[in-house]
Amino acid sequence: MHAEPELFHYTLGLADDALVLGQRLCEWCSNAPFLEEDLALANVALDFMGRARMLYSHAATLEGAGRDEDALAYLRDCREYRNLLIMELPRGDFAFSTARQFLVDAFNLPFLEDLCRSRDPELAGIAGKALKESRYHYRRSRDWVLRLGDGTAESHRRLQRAFDEIWGYTHELFRAGEAEQRLVAAGFAPDRPALRARWEALVVPVLAEATLRRPEDAWSVDGGREGTHTEHLGHLLSELQFMQRAYPGLQW
Amino acid sequence: MNDSNASPEELLRRFQARIDAEQRIEPKDWMPEAYRRTLVRQISQHAHSEVIGMQPEGNWILRAPSLRRKAVLLAKVQDEGGHGLYLYSATETLGVSREELVEALHEGRAKYASIFNYPTLTWADIGAIGWLVDGAAIVNQISLQRTSYGPYARGMVRICKEESFHQRQGYEVILTLARGSAEQKAMAQDALDRWWWPSLMMFGPHDAESAHSAQSMTWKIKRQSNDELRQKFVDQTVPQAEFAGLVIPDPQLLWNAERGHYDFGPIDWEEFNRVVAGNGMCNRDRIAHHRRAHEEGEWVREAVRAHEERKRERAAQDAA
Amino acid sequence: MVPGQHMPLFEVFIRSRRGLDHKHVGSLHAETHQQALEYARDCYTRRSEGVSIWVVRSGDIVASQEEDAGEFFDPMDDKPYRHATHYRLPPEVDNM
Repeated sequence: MHAEPELFHYTLGLADDALVLGQRLCEWCSNAPFLEEDLALANVALDFMGRARMLYSHAATLEGAGRDEDALAYLRDCREYRNLLIMELPRGDFAFSTARQFLVDAFNLPFLEDLCRSRDPELAGIAGKALKESRYHYRRSRDWVLRLGDGTAESHRRLQRAFDEIWGYTHELFRAGEAEQRLVAAGFAPDRPALRARWEALVVPVLAEATLRRPEDAWSVDGGREGTHTEHLGHLLSELQFMQRAYPGLQW
Repeated sequence: MNDSNASPEELLRRFQARIDAEQRIEPKDWMPEAYRRTLVRQISQHAHSEVIGMQPEGNWILRAPSLRRKAVLLAKVQDEGGHGLYLYSATETLGVSREELVEALHEGRAKYASIFNYPTLTWADIGAIGWLVDGAAIVNQISLQRTSYGPYARGMVRICKEESFHQRQGYEVILTLARGSAEQKAMAQDALDRWWWPSLMMFGPHDAESAHSAQSMTWKIKRQSNDELRQKFVDQTVPQAEFAGLVIPDPQLLWNAERGHYDFGPIDWEEFNRVVAGNGMCNRDRIAHHRRAHEEGEWVREAVRAHEERKRERAAQDAA
Repeated sequence: MVPGQHMPLFEVFIRSRRGLDHKHVGSLHAETHQQALEYARDCYTRRSEGVSIWVVRSGDIVASQEEDAGEFFDPMDDKPYRHATHYRLPPEVDNM
């Protein structure tokens, strides 16, 4: 099997996930509930930015078409972005960002553990570094779920609502298209559907401890990997890409 | 000699003797109330400046033109927050709480550096802030590493260590623009035009007009005068502008061989006073932003307290 | 719980390298020791300044008082024989 074009698209999708979530996290800078948390959130954002850059660079190498990390990040439009929808949803209030972060961090742990064993040594190496970060991220977001869920009536209400609103976007974490399934079979990529049990083990008991109700699996939305996005992504990209679009072809 | 029975005059004499001997004053030491008040005013103003300063630069994090610039800028703005924290921490050793400090900021009783009331309109402004504003801040902060109050001096040492990267990244941004397209160079020049004079104002009024200067120098809270520091900044920045091929917007700027310094034109103090008085472009926005974030965070801070309280209660019940 | 009151203050100590003492670096607010540790990591080791962190509630620190300084420390001033510089070595023995 000639994996490179498929591995390129796969890596690009992971890079988009990291960048789009990182961009959302950047929005918290100078907006956090208190200064210490502002700094902590910036660290998480920086981790995702670093991850995005490593993945884009690797994708650029796999592609071999002379594009670099910035060309990939700044010069593709909505339809070419491959991130999962959960990453692009607006930051919302602190409860919403906490719920999203917790669910994504809990996914990243088993996902990155398996990606460490990828046949692509470069991807495996990036996963190894990212896994350490994600362990810390998960600890942080889990603690926040416990605090807000089992805090005041208001924080409980806000966090429950956030989980209810976001739950339908989590199913996409566990779906893999045909190309990705071929990469799974060839030992390049983790098997997403098989990660669900480990994810639930990291999520469900914490919700219970936080006195929160696990939302119903009544609805789900997907399409990010095929370039079908919510309307939010276009606005995120218009801000992210403003300079490169307004002043094309320059060095900054 | 029984210290607790020393007269106020004797305590004051020993306090000043310690300062004159270049020893640091530490939190538990006796200090004149006016010294404490001056420190609270100055350090908290410095802390607020770092924290409010996150906003004009934060304004460009989402729009940074490359992923590397984005990461650098976010790290830098985060550092400013960290410096705010170090300085709040130093202020708190003087018996003032964080809430009191934030409240004073929101109510306009505490000031912050007026420079942050100017808007960041283009990407070049990010370069100009790093190069000029951080450059000016560093000149001041290096001097303050020898300030007489221990926690403030130690905070300054930490901050200076971290700030040098800030100025360098700013100059790198400006240099890249200055060597780029005509449009980019114009962007850099425009930023220099707008940030130059406010940067000179950062050092405060001339020594003769400075309300707090003389006493602060005696107490060694300030180690060098406003004018000395301003001169130092001008002297070091002019060659950097020349190297970048940019023109400092001051027709009177001229090397004075006799003095060994650059002469420069008069500062528009009317403009300075107008912005200090709260009538700059962004004064209202800056406070409104900080206030909004603080208010939006209230339910989170309450939840944290309530959660801990519940945990403590449960632990007490389990023990009973 | 007083509304509007910020979380308690913690002092932060960092060991920058193995073999060195923990050194006081500043303070921060957190609700618990665990949270204080994590914020210390995020706020005070952004440039990998540490290999180990201590946090202590500021209120739990017992400090000597300035008024006591005389009787506390001055008596130690008159024991120069505790310092190596008190002893003159013959030039033939140039280091000890």
